[in-house]
Amino acid sequence: MLAFFRQFAARALAGPASRAVVALLLMLIVGVIFHADGAFYRVGTHRDALRQASVPGILACGMTLVIISGGIDLAVGSMLALSAVVFAMTAIWWSWPPAVAIAACLAIGLLCGSASGLLSARLRIQPFIATLAMMVFARGLAKTVSHGAKVATAVQNPDGTYRYVSLPPVFRWIDSRLAGDNLSAVTLIFLACFAVCWVLLARHRWGRCLYAIGGNEEAARLSGVPVAWTKTTAYAMSGLMAAIAGICQAAQEQQGDPEAGAGYELTAIAMAVIGGTALSGGRGGLGLTLLGVVTIGYLEKILSINAVPEASRLMLTGVIIVAAVLTQRRRT
Amino acid sequence: MSGITKRFGRNVVLCGVSLDVHPGEVHILAGENGAGKSTLIKVLAGVYDDWEGAIEYFGRAARPRSPVEAMRLGVSVIYQELSLVPAMTVADNIFLGRARGRGGFVPQAEQRSKARELLQGVGLRIEPDTPVENLPIAAQQLVEIAKALSRDARVLVMDEPTSALTAPEVDTLFSLIAKLKREGRGIVYITHKMEEIGRIGDRVTVLRDGEWIGSRPAPELTNAELVRWMVGRDLGPGFRPAAGSRAESPSPAAAAGEERLRLQDFSVPSGQGSARLAVEGVDLELRAGEIVGLAGLQGSGVSQLLLGLFGSYGADTGGSVYLNGRKAVIGSPQDAIRHGMALLTSDRKATGLVLCRPIQENAVLADLRRLAPGGWRAPARERAAVDALARALRLKAASFEMEAGELSGGNQQKVALAKWIQTGPRVFLLDEPTRGIDVGAKQEIYQLINEWTAQGIAILMTSTELPELLALSDRIVVLHRGRVTAAFGRGQATAESVLAAAMGVKS
Repeated sequence: MLAFFRQFAARALAGPASRAVVALLLMLIVGVIFHADGAFYRVGTHRDALRQASVPGILACGMTLVIISGGIDLAVGSMLALSAVVFAMTAIWWSWPPAVAIAACLAIGLLCGSASGLLSARLRIQPFIATLAMMVFARGLAKTVSHGAKVATAVQNPDGTYRYVSLPPVFRWIDSRLAGDNLSAVTLIFLACFAVCWVLLARHRWGRCLYAIGGNEEAARLSGVPVAWTKTTAYAMSGLMAAIAGICQAAQEQQGDPEAGAGYELTAIAMAVIGGTALSGGRGGLGLTLLGVVTIGYLEKILSINAVPEASRLMLTGVIIVAAVLTQRRRT
Repeated sequence: MSGITKRFGRNVVLCGVSLDVHPGEVHILAGENGAGKSTLIKVLAGVYDDWEGAIEYFGRAARPRSPVEAMRLGVSVIYQELSLVPAMTVADNIFLGRARGRGGFVPQAEQRSKARELLQGVGLRIEPDTPVENLPIAAQQLVEIAKALSRDARVLVMDEPTSALTAPEVDTLFSLIAKLKREGRGIVYITHKMEEIGRIGDRVTVLRDGEWIGSRPAPELTNAELVRWMVGRDLGPGFRPAAGSRAESPSPAAAAGEERLRLQDFSVPSGQGSARLAVEGVDLELRAGEIVGLAGLQGSGVSQLLLGLFGSYGADTGGSVYLNGRKAVIGSPQDAIRHGMALLTSDRKATGLVLCRPIQENAVLADLRRLAPGGWRAPARERAAVDALARALRLKAASFEMEAGELSGGNQQKVALAKWIQTGPRVFLLDEPTRGIDVGAKQEIYQLINEWTAQGIAILMTSTELPELLALSDRIVVLHRGRVTAAFGRGQATAESVLAAAMGVKS
């Protein structure tokens, strides 16, 4: 019986995908045990767990691409804030049509991401440093355009008084619920981002180049892989994802907060790594990251429905991330 | 040192080798690549501790178990890849790990004056505060010697110290060596270069395939004899080049082949702050269906020639390259691939394969542009391509989903070859195509090379195994210090003549 169980466990833990599935199942079992008077069995709990995981999840999609190429992107949280601020200003204050406001945010995200990419791929600054610089710069830019304050429906008149404008409906659309109140729109946006990144990574030449660069950059270069272009576009994709996440964040908060998204880069990295994407590059995938996103989403939700205080919640999250990554470690 | 034997696993790399160095003597250690020179030196320097035999330092038996112990016994090694910390100053490097201050603090002033003294001793006029990375290679080498002298090394080992130096820099080094000799220090000097043996050698010891072949005072050893000592390997029953048939009847393709590649005054910079070119003024011609062998010992520039030709160093190469009779500018590996070139690199793990990715991804990596027109991949088409490659190259693997790193050396090499055959090359550059693979896989690769030439692919290859190069090549071009020193037609080349040219013997 024990031998059978051991064999079963060995097979279940053979690949990173099955290990990520096991981690998620364990998380759900924890939820069943600590169900908080049945709160875990309500549909709304699951909807909210996924909703809360969606914004960092979108970041994790871009992050996964960058990590597979052997890099890291620390700027996603700041780029999210920049995009949130720009979206709120253009859509609320200046009443730009939603499509134009969204396009502007996406363009800014692409630009910031490309800048990180060029710094690391062309000027050969280590990705950690290049994106650290972008992280500080984008945060500063977000505060500059918003004058350090949250951008909401209260608009300051030239004479110093405030007037209130109405919230554009696009904010409510993005933060709405679908499928009979059982699914958040942001979760759908997250899934769409996931699908795009997945297709690019798994079905496009570009994805193959990312894996090859992360696995052995010199071999990739000598095989004719356009290394600098591929790396730069990976960071650009990460910037684009951060911009989308920023739009969602602004819609959820009904404002553009220049302080938003602080620390989200670490959540996104944790989601990718718990899924089984290797920080050393060359190994991993978006399917794995999807499992990581859901796992962390449930972890947060289970802790919150059980009313675990913020301080203990942070410590527990740290411990669980280490445990999850240890199980993902390759056995040789 | 006497009766030194060293094994790596079941591989015996040194077998009962002896070496003795006297004070005030330059003892040359010679041998082909892979003869065991470096291993012997590492035993002497205490890098390995699992060897058999005995070492005596100044008449007393000792067994150094770490480089530090060997240094205390008076042995310092100056390796080819220098072991200085680039960002630290000259003085700090000289005293690295032995700062003699109290409580771990470094006595700066004292170190500096001591360092200045030592630098003068090796004829270097630089400030001890200069960071090492600002110095040219030649000066770094002298700093390394000063570092050895600061430990009062009685025996200095130099592993091919001149490979990155220009002629005047070599002169400086040699006069320093003469001075060290007068001071009564013993020097072990590893080199491939004939003229150096004549200039500074007092005695010569030759190793071959891990065995001691002979020792003799340098003036008594003629060049011809030295080369015979180094080469004199019987081809043995294990070595039966499939290409043996080529030697008797050149394939019709080779006779009729049109020109595929021509180099005129081709040169490649060596980078790394060195003033000299890695490859200089090379003229070469390669025809369809022909195999041209590039021979050269370590540091001769054969690998750099292939990499430079393939665009790996950007457009910094000099001279002209003609492909199929037309001048081509190759500024990147992508250009080279577009022009129908392929390069199998000498180190498949470091620069050839993406070891953590599946076989099939590696096999199509260089040809993604054609296999995925418009960018979208067609998995079925890729699978068909990989199946065809595996059949053509007789690649054995349980599944093509396996990571390339899980394969044996021979099969890894086949994956690396498959990647390039998939691109349909017309000029195939092979750098060490049989390095580190077993005899059976070697035979298969010889066969494949013959199949490719029969299809009209032109091959430019290198090999450190001379018998292999002699058996496969239609012509052999020999490089020494980046320049062509000899060219042999079919049947003209012998192991002796090629090696002599590779060591810089003027014929």
